[in-house]
Amino acid sequence: MSATPVLALRGVSKRFGAVQALTDVELEIHPGEVVALVGDNGAGKSTLVKAIAGVGPADEGTVEWEGRPVQIGRPHDAQQLGIATVYQDLALCDNLDVVGNLFLGAELRNGGLLDEVEMERKARELLSTLSIRIPSVRIPVASLSGGQRQTVAIARSLLGEPKVVILDEPTAALGVEQTAQVLDLVERLRDRGLGTILISHNMEEVRAVSDRVAVLRLGRNNGTFEVADTSQEEIVSAITGATQNAVTRREARTTEVGQ
Amino acid sequence: MSSGNASESEAGKDTVPQQADGGESVAVAKPPAEEESSVGEGGAEEQNALDVIDPRLLVRQRGFKGYLEEFGRKVRSGDLGSMPVIIGLIVIAIVFQSMDSAFLSANNLSDLFVQSAGTGLIAVGIVFVLILGEIDLSVGSVSGMSAAVFAVLNINNGMSEPLALVLAIVTGAAAGALHGFFFARVGVPAFVVTLAGLLGWNGLMLYILGDNGTINLDADGLVAKLTNYYFSDVAAAYGLALLSVVVFLGASLLDSRRRKAAGVPSRPLSEVVLRTVLLAIPVFAAAAVFNQYKGLPLAVLIFVAVVVVGDFVLRRTVYGRKVFAVGGSSEAAGRAGINVPLIRISVFAIAGTMAAVGGMFLASLINAANQASGAGSLLMNCIAAAVIGGTSLFGGRGKTWSALLGALVIQSIASGMALLAISSAVQYMITGAVLLAAVVIDSVSRRTQKTAGRA
Repeated sequence: MSATPVLALRGVSKRFGAVQALTDVELEIHPGEVVALVGDNGAGKSTLVKAIAGVGPADEGTVEWEGRPVQIGRPHDAQQLGIATVYQDLALCDNLDVVGNLFLGAELRNGGLLDEVEMERKARELLSTLSIRIPSVRIPVASLSGGQRQTVAIARSLLGEPKVVILDEPTAALGVEQTAQVLDLVERLRDRGLGTILISHNMEEVRAVSDRVAVLRLGRNNGTFEVADTSQEEIVSAITGATQNAVTRREARTTEVGQ
Repeated sequence: MSSGNASESEAGKDTVPQQADGGESVAVAKPPAEEESSVGEGGAEEQNALDVIDPRLLVRQRGFKGYLEEFGRKVRSGDLGSMPVIIGLIVIAIVFQSMDSAFLSANNLSDLFVQSAGTGLIAVGIVFVLILGEIDLSVGSVSGMSAAVFAVLNINNGMSEPLALVLAIVTGAAAGALHGFFFARVGVPAFVVTLAGLLGWNGLMLYILGDNGTINLDADGLVAKLTNYYFSDVAAAYGLALLSVVVFLGASLLDSRRRKAAGVPSRPLSEVVLRTVLLAIPVFAAAAVFNQYKGLPLAVLIFVAVVVVGDFVLRRTVYGRKVFAVGGSSEAAGRAGINVPLIRISVFAIAGTMAAVGGMFLASLINAANQASGAGSLLMNCIAAAVIGGTSLFGGRGKTWSALLGALVIQSIASGMALLAISSAVQYMITGAVLLAAVVIDSVSRRTQKTAGRA
């Protein structure tokens, strides 16, 4: 693992009206590392992902890319840097075919026109190297099953040769075998030397594929654990806030005062 | 196809166990469950035929039979394309011809085509907006306003015709871009923005036309020529027909060769030939009809050229792909890095531009810009043309060809009714019924596509 993280967040905060969604969040991703981002519902996982992906830029804090501070104001900025994001709600265009979706926003051109042939060839190549099987690369994505759509979405993120891939609950809607395939994909991302942020609620999945686990609780960091020497209970208690930490101590204090 | 397919699916099966520890048994057991959801009810028969290859692959087998099978599958899953409107055109032709034999005369057909150009050109812009999943109600007023701008600049102020024409079209584009701005940047629903445009631009047109209310155009001028110039040389129509067929055939063959070279499925030669013949028949028939009368009309040439260019832009350029993406899911398009507001503004600008161009053709027909320009049933006819032609009201699906086919349907009805001296009251009712039928077909086909897992 190299010393400089490929992506680092320093003191990132984000506010939606009266809700402080993120407060001083720190996160580091190294090349060839899978970092699981876990937390309860509403802990700020998706908000953090959107801040990194440029969909909802953070209000405060800095993002460092390979050691340099960068501005991510638009999705395009994140893509330019080499951050690919696979969203929970997939974000595929139902009316476009698989090839169209895979290359959406990064279409191959031949003399200014869409190079459909090359795109189709590359799409087939990519899907077969990832052993993704779909009925046809030329049918609208609407006709694919949930698992097929998820694999298409992940495959799409790899086309831009990214350095960091963010997977937002990639297995949430999948069956057993498809989940295994997605986890295989995650390991293949690590083998390729990519930094991966994996958001998941499933502790077994998290422990199976990730190197480190970063816990978010109520929009704040609540510990980062090396998977190898951390028990599942420790992670779960960090998620639920059952451990001794600043948040629980403060909560205990305020409830005492309240009584 | 079968051999290529088999090897592909085998390769897929081979690689699965290597990647998934213990996933082998699951992977092999999975396909039967999977095929139900992916193929849908319409594909039950095909599955048996394809079982030997891979039950999950929905591929077209090479050869002519495969082409017909896919066509049947598409129809059953609700993907009707241009079929209803072509059948509609044939029915209209038979009905009117049986009532008045002048309907299918070269004279009438040629005039009908020329008269449909104005409505059709505006409908091309509507197709773009509909693909975006929006609506533009202002195109009628914008077309009238642009005609008025041209008339005032050229006739009243003595500006040269080409410059006045360009400025008039730029006015239309600017009006459309303004709608787009309020819709995309400010977030006002397109329906309301363009409704305001419908009133506002009509008001502006009446204002600049002044008290007189009618400005006659130069009878030998550029705009007048738009609909009264014919390439009387027989070679023009036939040459263009031949050129388009040859270009189509050449492009198809080239595409097939590239696909073969890249190892992706390509159209078999039999299919390319069939498609070329299917194109050649109407193209040469149209050329023959035009040549029997005055020759190839300039209006038709421009109209068809715009439709072809529009189709090319939508299907073959990155811009077109972005338009479809925004129409399919603006959220997904935005996350893919597409500048959604810019696409929306540009599409409304295209609608405004096409409205202005269509307005010139409509002004050319009456050789004047007057207070009735762009009013009446024009707006509804343009939207109806796009929808009747097969562009979906639900966004994400459509072709510029539907503007051509739909405009022909509308104009055929108008022309046939005029021949039979039926009042415009009845004509409105029939056009309304045809529009309703088109929307019903659109809705039903969408529902069928949903149940077949295709929408």
